[in-house]
Amino acid sequence: MTYLPLLGIALVVLGFALRFNPLLVVAVAAVATGLLAGVPFVKVLATLGKAFNDNRYVSIIWIVLPVIGVLERYGLQQQARTLIGRMRGATTGRILLAYLGFRQIFAALGLTSVAGHAQTVRPLVAPMAEAAAEKEHGDLDEDTREKVKALSAATDNVGLFFGEDIFIAIGSILLIQGAMGGFGIELTPLHLSLWAIPTAICAFLIHGTRLLLFDRALAAPRRRPGPSPCQMNGAVAPPGSRPSPGNNP
Amino acid sequence: MITLQWLYVLTGAMFAAFAVLSARDRGNRKRFGNAIFWALVATSFWFGDVLGDLGNGILVLAIVAVAGAHLLGRGETLSTSIEQRVELARRLGSKLFLPALIIPVTAFFGTLLFNYTPLKETGLIDPRATTLVLLGIGVLIALAVCYAWLRPPVLAPVDEGRRLMDSIGWAGILPQMLAALGAVFAAAGVGDIIGGIAGEVIPSGSVFLAVVVYAVGMALFTIIMGNAFAAFPVMVAAIGVPILVRGAGADPAVIGAVGMLSGFCGTLLTPMAANFNIVPAALLELKDQYGVIRMQVATAIPLFICNVLILYFAGYAWAR
Repeated sequence: MTYLPLLGIALVVLGFALRFNPLLVVAVAAVATGLLAGVPFVKVLATLGKAFNDNRYVSIIWIVLPVIGVLERYGLQQQARTLIGRMRGATTGRILLAYLGFRQIFAALGLTSVAGHAQTVRPLVAPMAEAAAEKEHGDLDEDTREKVKALSAATDNVGLFFGEDIFIAIGSILLIQGAMGGFGIELTPLHLSLWAIPTAICAFLIHGTRLLLFDRALAAPRRRPGPSPCQMNGAVAPPGSRPSPGNNP
Repeated sequence: MITLQWLYVLTGAMFAAFAVLSARDRGNRKRFGNAIFWALVATSFWFGDVLGDLGNGILVLAIVAVAGAHLLGRGETLSTSIEQRVELARRLGSKLFLPALIIPVTAFFGTLLFNYTPLKETGLIDPRATTLVLLGIGVLIALAVCYAWLRPPVLAPVDEGRRLMDSIGWAGILPQMLAALGAVFAAAGVGDIIGGIAGEVIPSGSVFLAVVVYAVGMALFTIIMGNAFAAFPVMVAAIGVPILVRGAGADPAVIGAVGMLSGFCGTLLTPMAANFNIVPAALLELKDQYGVIRMQVATAIPLFICNVLILYFAGYAWAR
């Protein structure tokens, strides 16, 4: 067996590391991998095109953007901040811990697309987590703000990944059943989903602990007086108001 | 029957509208780049099924060319200012959450209602796409409520949607591209090669080390491919079944379920899982496009160790 097609993987790693445009990296790697495996160029292109077309459902999620956008126009993020500002004892860690629990339970019920980065994290969870951090610790420096937002997104991922496998009709469970079935090993989806529970509990404990420790880390180096009222709402530029250099590395 | 096809038409219409508004947006120096990019995406949604495989391949190359040549800019939207938003939020209050909640609630109760009542027999919605279709219906209801209640300018939802889509940019298409890359990897036999290597490095005699190689292989291959689905069949065929289940007598349910979850720990660590790790960084406008991954490392690694222990003890040591 030839190891040549693995060069395609090396191209992907190199391209990502050098921060070329990822779409370009992926296309080049796909064509190179196919050619190195001896597949003719036209066939590679057709395989790529067919798979791109078959996976359009991945990009359907963007249809929520007009709703989220118009609500942001009328102050959705500001209201999320105000609401958290009024809540006693709402810290970044506790808000995200509650969200982690909800996300895992909903995913375990098979409801994976009711929440997500576009549906819930950007309009609600991240602004709430930021507002809670501001309430407790005053105006945030850029680095801390980035961390709070990134942790909000990370919490959504952890909740989804380690909740969904408890649901018996999710794709990954069916895949496990199918792959094992190919070797003559018969498993029921229920049996598989039961064995997803220990990891789900570990995920909640590990990530939950990190979330609560994050509150402490926020408090530790910067004990300043509380924020003035204008900092609560006005001083915080919402995402979208400043250029994002991350898009063109 | 409402199928995914209907959603593709709707999504295509949205991207077409983004393209038209982009072309008219004089505030964006690269407006025609944006217009062409979103028009190509709309073409994929509308005509993907009649273009043929090669046609779609050429379409992909065109999309990549626009993004790779840095022709995408950020549009200008006449949105409200932050001060106005603070004022609007004060006036409208927490009712603002209701339209946003319509989408998940429709998807949630709609799915339950559809799956556990005779509605399923009516064949109204394609059962393979129930939640996505209901998500789409939720979006339409929420839009109708926004229009009736807030009375925004007619084009405001499209323009505000375009504002968000421009902040995501090409990253919005990356997950779909990576899925396509996976198909090419599979056609080129990359999975078999990696499975072969993993099978060769197994030390003989130690079940614990075999478990470690199985789990590490699952995570590493997931990091390379961007999702655990591609890694799973390969690692199960190379190590899971021949060495752990058949050789050592491990419980196949644990080997299967927790093996997959070991792969999910890899998903937390890789930019190849763009929809989970790169897209949110763009959506939340992080300066560091790997910011989300950095935040996940300290969860993924201890959780991976838990998985190895569950695999060994629950799957093998206590199972016999």
